[in-house]
Amino acid sequence: MAHPSTYKPGSRFEAWLDARLPVARVVHDQLLAFPTPRNLNYWWTFGGILAFMLGVQIATGIVLAMHYVPTADGAFDSVEKIMRDVNWGWLLRYTHAVGASMFFLAVYIHTFRGLYYGSYKAPREVIWILGVLILLLMIATAFMGYSLVWGQMSFWAVTVITNLFSSLDMVIPELGTTLVQWIWGGFSVGAPTLNRLYSLHYLLPFIIAGVVVLHIWALHIPGNNNPAGIEVKTARDVVPFHPYYTIKDGFALVTFVLLFAALVFYAPNLLGHPDNYIPANPLQTPPHIVPEWYFLPFYAILRAIPNKLLGVIALFSSIAILFFVPWLDTSKVRSTRYRPIYKWFFWAFVVTCIVLGYFGSQPPEGWYLVFGRICTFYYFAFFLVALPGVGLIERPRALPGSITESALGPDAERAVEAKTPPNPPARARAREEVL
Amino acid sequence: MRSCLLALILALIVPGVALAQQNDNHAPEIAHQSWSFSPPFGTFDDAQLQRGFEVYRQVCSNCHSMRLLSYRNLGEPGGPEFPPKKVEEIASQVQVTDGPNDKGEMFQRPARPSDHFRSPFANEQQARNANNGALPPDLSVMAKAREGGPDYIYAILTGYTDPPQGFQLAPGMHYNKAFPGHQLAMPPPLSDGVVTYTDGTKPTLDNTARDVAAYLMWAAEPKLEERHKTGARVMIYLIAFAVIMYLAKRAVWARLQDRDATHTA
Repeated sequence: MAHPSTYKPGSRFEAWLDARLPVARVVHDQLLAFPTPRNLNYWWTFGGILAFMLGVQIATGIVLAMHYVPTADGAFDSVEKIMRDVNWGWLLRYTHAVGASMFFLAVYIHTFRGLYYGSYKAPREVIWILGVLILLLMIATAFMGYSLVWGQMSFWAVTVITNLFSSLDMVIPELGTTLVQWIWGGFSVGAPTLNRLYSLHYLLPFIIAGVVVLHIWALHIPGNNNPAGIEVKTARDVVPFHPYYTIKDGFALVTFVLLFAALVFYAPNLLGHPDNYIPANPLQTPPHIVPEWYFLPFYAILRAIPNKLLGVIALFSSIAILFFVPWLDTSKVRSTRYRPIYKWFFWAFVVTCIVLGYFGSQPPEGWYLVFGRICTFYYFAFFLVALPGVGLIERPRALPGSITESALGPDAERAVEAKTPPNPPARARAREEVL
Repeated sequence: MRSCLLALILALIVPGVALAQQNDNHAPEIAHQSWSFSPPFGTFDDAQLQRGFEVYRQVCSNCHSMRLLSYRNLGEPGGPEFPPKKVEEIASQVQVTDGPNDKGEMFQRPARPSDHFRSPFANEQQARNANNGALPPDLSVMAKAREGGPDYIYAILTGYTDPPQGFQLAPGMHYNKAFPGHQLAMPPPLSDGVVTYTDGTKPTLDNTARDVAAYLMWAAEPKLEERHKTGARVMIYLIAFAVIMYLAKRAVWARLQDRDATHTA
């Protein structure tokens, strides 16, 4: 791809295959020898963790689907049958349910990391856009998966969220109602709705997997960004992906799985809602309808707006705005490390998202609503005002001379510069020297 | 970075303090009890589960179904672990409807261990009709379907008191300090001596409430012991794996110093 291939077929068979299907070449160039900045910190390990989580969700999901009954009468009981009578069914189901939470935890960290280190900036805009697309697909998939339990929260979450489309009645009368009935396959959330949510819940993860391939492909053209946010200049700035990052990502993954396992085995229902152990009842609305924790900030934004249609627009905008981040940011510098003013806005944004999550879990009244509105305002102001504005007025701190200097400190770099002539800033040259 | 974290913590605390005052209209506090099955190593106390089942059988089952359980579950590992003979005996004391037979008729027969627990009412309407319009909920997963779980169940069962002065109690309702809204259709089900225990434990209100709460926790989470046991093994494995991975990571990255040194030299 972007860098010249260093693959050398080891045998006549490998040479024969390489001329026909260069799969070994791709593995060698993209997975083993891939030149990667040496200064990536542990925030960079979440990409690999996310790939692992997608695999876990698909693997456990396929087996769960073998035992699940996607009918309004059978869904809840079939889930309980999995918990009680299927061999290791409890482990599969808890892994899948907690896995969704861990998947979102990882994807949010991954996204904030991209935001902090400016990984969306040229030439990596397409990586970022594909990432936002994956986030959007994940949200849809998780929402549909949660509905399949067909407990009270499942049922009423589907009712609330699908009903959002009825706000389109305010644009064209009857448009929203018609659309909602089309989504439901009837005049209320019922058996046909469950069937189609199940079908789509099985389909979307494979679409996610496809977009993930594009996401990684797009990453492998310019290569990784890094905490210093500067380009690779010399061979010393990079290391081959294997073994350096396979081992580092591996260690991070095992640590992440440790947390994952602690939840699965010791607190599997901690992040769930007790009401979802009550079978769906269309005649009884729960006192507080709340989504899973990973949707709470968006739910708070939806409810912060007093007008239904505008609330729905704000909800969709809160994610859609991410698509435009590469062009909203006017800063010349990628990494927030070297942005003394912007970093305050960034951390305020992180706090805002967490606080919005808290407000999303509380009834929308009194001070909750007031603070919820302030946070919603800041959520959008961050993207529309802070991101373009700060870049224009801010004077960034001095960038390190190279990735190696960033990793080892200026002394180490000077020691090298004294003895070796400077290299032209070409990553292609750099990787040839590595190998 | 450090100042940012401080700002983060402050920003989380300030609205929290402002909002703390408006939390009074929520469900009452449920006192935390100590249970034998608490994570990470807890197991069920078989004798307690057997007593809890007695409470369910003699009291709760008159109104509450447990349709997700089968009699065989009572003898399975990680539960009350009644001996097989006892499980058959428990099942056979219940008459269930089976059929149709060769003549096309439904008939009654003693239950077998493979049968689901018989529900006290044929349908929701019958249940409501017999209970003053209220529907006694199914108890199969009750211990997971309420905030607080077994703590909540214990609190409800021991939470019946006289209403405070001026409290308007609707007719047919009972005051319960642990129930949200405090008006509960279920009359106090347990009291001292309401159940006969055979293992010498005193059937006080406190004991029966505690035992049936533990039993309902097992009913909701029958694989809890297996989960805790497997969890311990998985955690030990993962911790060892993480240590090895960390050491391996250090060893691999140490090579980079050699590479830098050769470049420098």
